[in-house]
This record gives sequence, structure tokens and C-alpha cells, in this order.
Amino acid sequence: MSRPPPGRTTILDARALSRALQRMAVEVLELAHGTDDLVLIGIQRRGVELAERIAKLIEKEEGVLVPRGALDITLYRDDLQTVGPKPVIGETRIPGELSGKHVVIVDDVLYTGRTVRAALDELADFGRPKRISLCVLVDRGGRELPIQPDIVGKQVKMNSGERVDVLVEELDGRDEVDVVRTGGSA
Amino acid sequence: MTALGKDLIGLEHLSADQIRLILDTAEPFKEVSERPIKKVPALRGKTIVNLFFESSTRTRISFEFAEKRLSADTVNVAASGSSVQKGETLVDTARNLEAMRIDMVVMRHPSSGAAGFLGDRIRSNVINAGDGKHEHPTQGLLDLLTIRDKHGKIEGLKVCLVGDILHSRVARSNIWGLSKLGAEVGVCGPDTLMPRGIEELGVCRFRRIEEAIEWADVLNVLRLQLERMEGGFIPSLREYYRVFGVTAERLAQAPRELTVMHPGPMNRGVEIDSRVADGKHSVILDQVTNGVAVRMAVLYLLAGGRPELAEAAKGPAGGGPE
Repeated sequence: MSRPPPGRTTILDARALSRALQRMAVEVLELAHGTDDLVLIGIQRRGVELAERIAKLIEKEEGVLVPRGALDITLYRDDLQTVGPKPVIGETRIPGELSGKHVVIVDDVLYTGRTVRAALDELADFGRPKRISLCVLVDRGGRELPIQPDIVGKQVKMNSGERVDVLVEELDGRDEVDVVRTGGSA
Repeated sequence: MTALGKDLIGLEHLSADQIRLILDTAEPFKEVSERPIKKVPALRGKTIVNLFFESSTRTRISFEFAEKRLSADTVNVAASGSSVQKGETLVDTARNLEAMRIDMVVMRHPSSGAAGFLGDRIRSNVINAGDGKHEHPTQGLLDLLTIRDKHGKIEGLKVCLVGDILHSRVARSNIWGLSKLGAEVGVCGPDTLMPRGIEELGVCRFRRIEEAIEWADVLNVLRLQLERMEGGFIPSLREYYRVFGVTAERLAQAPRELTVMHPGPMNRGVEIDSRVADGKHSVILDQVTNGVAVRMAVLYLLAGGRPELAEAAKGPAGGGPE
């Protein structure tokens, strides 16, 4: 590959990512009919930052800062044996009672659907929301479970030898979404 | 093999990084115990046997809570009323349990070295819940976590263990853990209850409790087992309290805010004054709360995290932890 750095293609630059988030924020508002019962739950790690961004955009629009939370699904995974030698478990922070709320799960990449499956199980242990929706920045296809997103920032068709890297200012110093070729499908 | 190896026998053989990994992993588990449903499915399908050859309330219950909050299936075996009384050896007991397809054994045993002995002979993970005078690693870890919570760090702190150092597995686990994480460790107690050559472990020796209080940031007051009086190690409980008791009057002389810890069960009026045990310096109940989180972390780390499998599963990573 001659592209610098090799094997890496940017599919969203900072401005495109910002536009995608703008549109996602509007779609969240439409889906939830306003901010009244809305709760945004970001999945650790990048989902938490994205939920925070969307909440800020909604605040700009509606003047209301909706409750945000963070969910780490590590302990609900179906593959403990393959977690790796030093599993890092992030913070789980649920803002108040979820029963009767419209919870929007925010994540960076939707792939097999297993993370979302785990998140649904975990949320159920915190209460009974009246509705749970799924909002992802990138849907790369390749589902292994019957799970579909309600709101998508960008859809890309990818095969198994590729990876999506979502970079956010807060953690990575810049906003960007890249497709990385890791070589050889596994 | 996991980040901790197969078994948790003692803190002596863990590295500072391994100890830090356990403490950091314990942090999110504290929150699990605050949830409306205090349970996560991480250890679903694992079977754990709590094999207690010595009586214990706090440690056994704490392990059992930790196991249940991780969704493991648990069985409690006490030495009294078991085949142990019929003369079965430790290894035979464990092999029989293993033949029923268990995954882990949490064991308390009166003989030093029993946990390591068992770990070398069975396939299941073994967690030492106290073996004789050797170690009580999860107590050491929960003490470290409580100190770190209270002071924000462990490195550079001065921690003094007070009381029966000679017979104490808690003291040994504390000394190893604290020194590995860079704390200065002191010991204070009567000569009869001080192991010979204790200074070789790199600890400062205090002969008077007043000196220890002047020196330390943290006092970890050990339980004085009442049998010690009959064994002739101390003349009387009253005299012990008069000379080594951690009292409110003595603490008032401390040059800085002291933290007071105790692994329990306490003998109020023997090693510790009730006013201290229930006072503002005490973090004794925080230790109990942290005990569950630390044990959850140890169980979780020993049950999972096998790098060779993680490597194989890495292949088509999809961005995010999928």
C-alpha cells in the first residue's frame, strides 16, 4: 500500500464526523419525541465520549442536558475465557432510575452485535426502560445476532480482514474514523 | 495461564504489577455491590468449593458473597461433619471434589503451606483463605485496597502492624504486599509474640506502642488470640491492653491523622479500645466492604483471562470490544 500510513483509509474526517453526530443528535430527538424521558448510555470506552457529544448537541438544540451514563459490559460477555490476561473493566455509571425511560445505547462500532446483546442483559438488571434504542457511529455489517441499529452515523461494508478505528479528541487527540486492513481474514 | 498464574497462595510470590492489577480490578467490582441487582454473570457455570478446615465467619461469607455476585455455583464444606473427620487426607478430599468437576477451591487450613501443597496436586484453581501462620492473601489485598482508598496511594506510607506478629498470617501477607508496593512497614508487640529475625524482612521494630503511633500513618491492629495467654505468651489480657492497647488517649498523642485498621474479629478492650474501633480513625468496616470486591477481582482474574485463547480470538477485531 502506498497510502500513508499503509493499509489505513479515513472514512470520516473531523468535519464529516461532526456532521454525522449533528444528524444523529437530531434523529435521537425525533425518535424519543423530545428530551423528557431520554437517557443516553454510552458503552465503554468510545461510546461514552460519543454519548457525551450527542448530549451536548441536544443541549444546544433544546436547552436541556439529558442524563448520560456509562456501561461497561465486560462482566456480561459470553467469552470470559478469551478476555485476555489483563482485562480492564471500565466504570459503569447509571444516572438514576431507568424504569419508564427511553434509553438510547450509544456505541462507536456495531459489528457482531455481541456487545449490544451484553448491554441489553446488563441494562435489564438496572430496571425496565419503556424502550431501548441503539445508536451507533459506524455500522460495519457482519452481525452474528439478530440486532439492528435505530440510528447510524455511517454504514460501511467491510470484510473480516478489516478493522474500524474510531478516534475521538478526548482520548486520541483527534476526531477521525479509519478503516484499517489487518490482512488475512480469520 | 492467567495474569495471576493458576492459584493465589500468597502475596510473597506476586509481583507489584500483579498486586496492582488485582486492586485495580477490584475497583469496578465495588460498584457491582451497590447495584439494585447485585450480580453479574461473569462466572456463570463455574463451580467453586469453599473448603474450610478451620472456623471462619467473615472470610467464608465474604468469599461466598463474592462468588454469588459473580454468578458462580458454590458449595461449602466444613471440616467438622465431613469425611475429614473419618481420616481422609487433604489430597483425597480434594481429588474427590475434583472428580465431581469443580473449577476452584477456596481453602482455609490450620497448617502453614497447605494451600500451596494442594495447588500443586489438583487441576482446579486454589485460593488460599488462610493457611496456618503462613499467609492470608485476600486479607492482605483488602488491607492494601482500604489503605489506597483512604490515602490515595500506598507508596511512601508508614504502616505499623500491632500485636501478635508471631502467629499471624495476616501480618505476613501485609508485610509482603505493603513492601512490594513501596510502603514502609513497622511492627510493634511484645517480644514473645515477635518472630525471630523479623528485621530481615525489612521492617522497623517498635517496642513501645507510643513510638509506633508517633511514627505511623496507618496502624493495622491484629487480633490477639485469647489462647495466647494460656500459652504463656502474655501475662494477662489486662496487662496487654495497658501496654499495647490502641486507646483513644494514645491516639490523641499522634502527630498526624492516623488510620486504624483491624482484620477482625476484634477483642474490644484487649488490643483495641471501643472508642477507637468505632471512632473517626477507624476504617474497619470499609475493610469488610472491600473484602468482597477484592475477592471478586481474584476469582474473576483466576477464572478468565487466558492469553493464548485471547490471541486466537483476536483475529477479526472489529473496533470496540466485540
